[in-house]
Amino acid sequence: MKNICKNMKTLLPGLKPLKAPSGLSKKKQEDMLYKMCAIRAFDSRVKELWMASEIYGLAHAYIGAEAIAVGACEAITKDDFISSTHRGHGHTLAKGADTKAMMAELFGKYEGLNRGKGGSMHIADVDIGMLGATGIVGSGMPHALGAALSSDVLDNGTVAICFHGDGGTNQGVWHETINMAAAWNLPVIFLIENNQYAIATKLEWVTKEQDLYKRAIGYGIEGVQVDGFNVFDVYSAVKKAVDKARKGGGPTLIEARYLRILGHFVADDQAYRDQGEISDCWTADPVERLKEYLVDSETFSQAKVDKIEQTAKDEIEAAVEYARNECTEPPADTLYDDIYANGEVII
Amino acid sequence: MSEITVRQALNDALREEMEIDPTVIIMGCDIAVRGGPFGVTLGLLDQFGRKRVKDTPISEPGFTGAGVGAAATGLRPIVEILYSDWLTLCTDQIVNMAAKMRYMFGGKVNMPLVIRAPFGAGGGVAAQHSQSFEAWFNHIPGLKVVAPITPYDVKGMLKAAIRDDNPVMFFEHKRSYQITGEVPDNEDYIVPFGKAAIRREGTDVTIVSYSMMSIRAQNAAEELAKQGISCEVIDLRSILPLDYETVMNSIAKTNRVVVCQEANLRGGLAADIVAEIIDRGFDLLDAPPVRVGAPNVPMPYNAGLEALCIPDEENIKEAVMKVMSND
Repeated sequence: MKNICKNMKTLLPGLKPLKAPSGLSKKKQEDMLYKMCAIRAFDSRVKELWMASEIYGLAHAYIGAEAIAVGACEAITKDDFISSTHRGHGHTLAKGADTKAMMAELFGKYEGLNRGKGGSMHIADVDIGMLGATGIVGSGMPHALGAALSSDVLDNGTVAICFHGDGGTNQGVWHETINMAAAWNLPVIFLIENNQYAIATKLEWVTKEQDLYKRAIGYGIEGVQVDGFNVFDVYSAVKKAVDKARKGGGPTLIEARYLRILGHFVADDQAYRDQGEISDCWTADPVERLKEYLVDSETFSQAKVDKIEQTAKDEIEAAVEYARNECTEPPADTLYDDIYANGEVII
Repeated sequence: MSEITVRQALNDALREEMEIDPTVIIMGCDIAVRGGPFGVTLGLLDQFGRKRVKDTPISEPGFTGAGVGAAATGLRPIVEILYSDWLTLCTDQIVNMAAKMRYMFGGKVNMPLVIRAPFGAGGGVAAQHSQSFEAWFNHIPGLKVVAPITPYDVKGMLKAAIRDDNPVMFFEHKRSYQITGEVPDNEDYIVPFGKAAIRREGTDVTIVSYSMMSIRAQNAAEELAKQGISCEVIDLRSILPLDYETVMNSIAKTNRVVVCQEANLRGGLAADIVAEIIDRGFDLLDAPPVRVGAPNVPMPYNAGLEALCIPDEENIKEAVMKVMSND
């Protein structure tokens, strides 16, 4: 907490000092740092590459939210499911997707994770339980519910985490989904990434009660608020909710509160925001906080932390090189592929 | 063979598929305890239990989206929208999610989802319970759209829909549940999509129809036969994919075509079918194609006004006379 400026403490009174939960292995902490650094590197490069017109379309960076996707995904297994948002690179990476295939997808390449058909906003890896980014705010909510229904019917013990933003909490389907999950006691964790902005609209302008976790009361489920810049705080809350869900305890609503640092999409200059607030946010940078904690707590040496970060950066750089130099454009004859199952084409 | 109703045929299809495949589930408003507003799902709850037969809250986007998520994660869900008019509520999940996920994800997801939706007009249920939206969904790549009408077809096509790995819009005409017809006993059959049925053979005019309009077309054809006009009636059964081969083969024989829909005409399926016919075989036509459909008005409540908005045998006969007179 030593670097966090005063204003940040006022804006985010829920900021808590990092502390690894007792019993969390060093390996797990290393994984967390690696993945957070990989997300940071991935989206930092995506922003640059978009600006340089190497990446097409729209891209929304997960920079600043790394602690949430990583904290949450470290609390589940490969067999569990997550649903995502338009800001989905972090979720996809945290769930364990291949960085080369992801970057190739953003480059629109045939070797991309989704054959160049989805891009940033629809990146998905259902094989590892990542049910897809979506360009429509709130629309991923019921997909996590559906995954929890599958778990219930197939009786396979899996849970689903539904990532969504504060913007999504004001969609009607948000209410419908949580109500059904609660009524049917299904194993799903609703994780609000409350960055307090829906593009340029501040949460406080459109929502009276800004402690969004309190809405849980209305659904008869547990609601908790955590520090969204703090990977351990997110991990602990999600782990507890997951353990409860696996034992038949039903859903939990978790609000990870933080502030969006970068713009809505990679080229958004945020002219609509208080510029001081943005620079203040950087003092709570979740990646820097974790690096600092791991050294201060003598979990790892500075050299080890630097090495982990560099390895993550190298992996992402290799992904960029792969996408740029080793991948191919999708052939025109793939246009009709995968509209329907099993190779069926309906013109 | 047994003579059963459309209602029973649908119920049998659901039961048989749920018996065969434990991943098939069904959910919707009032479908479990009450058996649905039309009694289609009666008895399923007792046989398959609450996990697989779910009464939902009135949350169409939520439970349709749950069907999408369940389909993506190993189930074969059937979602019932109580009246198809309320597809408006959950169209985002159908159009932007179910229809597109396989494509957007580069083929890396399965989407075996069936949306059952009672549609069509009649009975004084007025503007929000009488509509036919099949043209909207026909417009969306990634969906399949079917509207069978006989007990044999509804059973075979619902079974095919449940086994299909794609999202299927299954439109049941809400005035059809009491229609009876022969269905084989103890035979596990399906009716494949994309194959039209020729309900009546003829030589003068091809009448292209589906759902309730195919019954009205057969009635009209029978009356026209007495006047010496021989109509070939095609029941499309499947709208997307659509069996243009059968349609064009018939037109090659008759050189005249009337295309019928129950929905109001503007932007409708009949317009799309006529356009396709012209693309494929303008030279086969001896007269401009004629469409039959409802006037472009919201469905009124009053029975007399309502009758003006449901295309019937008279409208079809008039259309046939028009296409016959236009050499």
